Amino acid sequence: MRTREDTRNFWLVAVLAGAITAVGLGAAHYMELHGHVVTGMNNQVVWGLPHVFAIFMIVAASGVLNVASIGSVFGQTVYKPRAPLSGLLCIALLIGGLMVLMLDLGRPDRVIVAATHYNFTSVFAWNVFLYSGMTGIVAVYLWTMFERRMNVYSKPAGLAALVWRFVLTTGTGSIFGFLVARQAYQSALLAPLFIVLSFGWGLAVFLVTQSTMYAWEGRVLDGAIRRRMARLLGVFIAASLYLVAVYHLTNLYFAKQADFERFLLVDGGLYPLLFWAGYVLIGSVLPLLLLFHPRLSGARYTFAASALVVAGAFAFLYVFIIGGQAFPLEIFPGHAVSSSFGDGAIASYVPSLPELLLGVGGLGAALLLTVVGIRAFDFMPQDDFVSAKS
Amino acid sequence: MNPVPPSPSKDAAQPERRGFLGVAAAGLAGILLAPGVRLIEIAQAAPTTAGADPKVRWGMLIDSNKCSSGCTDCVTACRTENGLPENPGPTGAQWIRKIEIKEVRTGKSQSLPVMCQHCAEPPCVDVCPTGASFKRADGIVLVDKHICIGCRYCVMACPYKARSFVHEPQTNQKPDVPRGMGTVEGCTMCVHKVDRGEQPACVQACSAAGHGAILFGNLNDPASEIAQRVREIQTSQLRADLKLDPGVRYHGI
Repeated sequence: MRTREDTRNFWLVAVLAGAITAVGLGAAHYMELHGHVVTGMNNQVVWGLPHVFAIFMIVAASGVLNVASIGSVFGQTVYKPRAPLSGLLCIALLIGGLMVLMLDLGRPDRVIVAATHYNFTSVFAWNVFLYSGMTGIVAVYLWTMFERRMNVYSKPAGLAALVWRFVLTTGTGSIFGFLVARQAYQSALLAPLFIVLSFGWGLAVFLVTQSTMYAWEGRVLDGAIRRRMARLLGVFIAASLYLVAVYHLTNLYFAKQADFERFLLVDGGLYPLLFWAGYVLIGSVLPLLLLFHPRLSGARYTFAASALVVAGAFAFLYVFIIGGQAFPLEIFPGHAVSSSFGDGAIASYVPSLPELLLGVGGLGAALLLTVVGIRAFDFMPQDDFVSAKS
Repeated sequence: MNPVPPSPSKDAAQPERRGFLGVAAAGLAGILLAPGVRLIEIAQAAPTTAGADPKVRWGMLIDSNKCSSGCTDCVTACRTENGLPENPGPTGAQWIRKIEIKEVRTGKSQSLPVMCQHCAEPPCVDVCPTGASFKRADGIVLVDKHICIGCRYCVMACPYKARSFVHEPQTNQKPDVPRGMGTVEGCTMCVHKVDRGEQPACVQACSAAGHGAILFGNLNDPASEIAQRVREIQTSQLRADLKLDPGVRYHGI
C-alpha cells in the first residue's frame, strides 16, 4: 500500500525530473534559434557534449537489458524478477538518448525527414531502424511479462530483444568504426568494444536505480543477490578495460598511429587526464576495489562502485568522441602542415552551458519515464526483498 | 464481530490497464510501421535524375609547382562567388583553403589549395542518413539543403575536412548558392557556373592571377586538356590509400 510519504516522494522526483527535462528542451530551443554557434562546437569538433550524453544513454540502454536477458533467456531465477525494471530502463534511456541526439541536429525541425528519406548505406539510417525496433521489441517483451496469457512468449521475446540489442550496439559502435578517414575510429574493434562497455554501463545504471528504489521503499536487497550482481559488474569492468587496452595497442602496433595515441594518452592535456584519472582510475580501478575488496562488501560500496562506473563512462566517451576529433586529420602523411582551417593543429573545444543542459535534459527525461513507469506498473522486483522495518 | 471490508482485488484494475496498454501498443506499432510503409513508396517511385550528363566526369588538376605560397586568390574568389564569410573563425565555413605543407624528411615546402575532392566513392554520401549528400551523374558531390538534417556525420566521414557546418544565421545570400543555418555544405565545384558552361570561380581567379595552377575539365573526354595532362604527367590523389577515386588530382606533391 502506498503511503502519503510515497506519493510525496513520487511527485517530488517526477517534478524534479520534469523540470530538468524542460530546461534541456529550453536549451535545445535556444540552440535551434541561434544556431550551433552558441555551443562550443566548431568546424573541427562537430560532435560535442550532447553526443557524449546521447551515446552514453544509448549504449547503457542496450546494456541495461542484460539483466532481463540473464533472467528470461538464460534462466537465472535471481534476475527474472528484475526483468521488467530492466526493460523499462532500456526504453527510458533509449528515449532520453535519442531526444538529445535529435535535438542536437542542425535542423531538429526536420527530424521527420530521417524517417521519410533513407540512405541504406548509412550506419545512421540503420540506427533509425535499430532504435525504433528496439523500443518496439522491448515494449512487446514487457507486455509478455506483465500479461499472464502472454507469459509463455516471454522467452522468445527476450531472445529477440537480446539479439536485437547486440545488433543495436554493433550499430552504435559502427557509427564510429566505419569512419575510415579518422585515426581515432576506423576500427572493427569498436563494435565489440561498445558491446562490452554496454554490459558494464548498463548494469551500473541498473544497480544505481535498484539501490535507489529499495532505499525509497525502505527495503533491503538480499545480500547474496547484491553480491552476485556486484561480481558480475566487476567482470564487465575488467572485460571493458581489456578491450580498451587492445584498442589502443592496435592503434600503436598495427596502425602505427603513435602520434595520435601519444596525444590521447600522454600529452593531450585534458584528454589523457580524463582517460587515466577519469576512466581508468575512477571509472574502473576504484570500482573494482570497491566490488572485490573483502572489507568493502556493504550495499553502499556497490552503489558507489556503480556510480563511479557511470562517471568513468562519461570520461571515456569525452576522450573518445571529443579527443578523437580534436586530433588533426592526416591528409599529407610525412608533412608538417598548416592552414586557416585548423589543418595540422589540435582543435579546441570548450562545451557551453546550453549543450550541457541539453545532455542533462536527456538524463532528466530518462529519469522521468522511469519514475512514472515504476509508479504506474509493477516494476519493482517482487519476490526476494526483506523489509528493513521488519 | 466486524465484517472485514472486501479489499479491492488486483484484477479490478486490470480491464482499464489492459485497455490503456492496448491503445499504447497500437500507437507504438503505428509509429514503428510508418517508416516501413514509406519504404514501399520509395521502392516503387521512379528513379530521379539530376539532369547531369553521366558521360561527363568533372575534375580538377592542381599543379602545386605553379601554386604560389601566400597567394589566396582562389580562396577569395570562392568566398565572393558563394557568399561565404570573408574572415571565417572556427565556426565559419571554408569551402576551399590553402594548406602550407613541408616534408619532414627533406624540408621541401609547398602550398596548395584543398577543397572537396568530388570522389567517385564519396564517404560523405555513404554515411548521410537521408541521402542529402549526393553525387551528380557528372561526378559533382553536393548537399541537398532541403533534406539535410544537420547531423554532421558527413563532416566526420570526409577525409579531406572539406565539409563545413553552418553555425550562424545567414543573411545576404547569393541567389545561385542558397545556404542554411543548421545544414552542412562544401565546395560545389561552382555547379551553377559549370552548368552555364563556365569555369569554377577558383579556376578563373588562379588564371587571372597568372598562375594557372588549377585546370578544370572533363576527365572522361580523352581530347580535353585535363585528360591529356593527366595522361602525360605524374599526378597523385590525396589519401589514395582510401581508394575513393577523387575527381581532384595533384601534380608536384
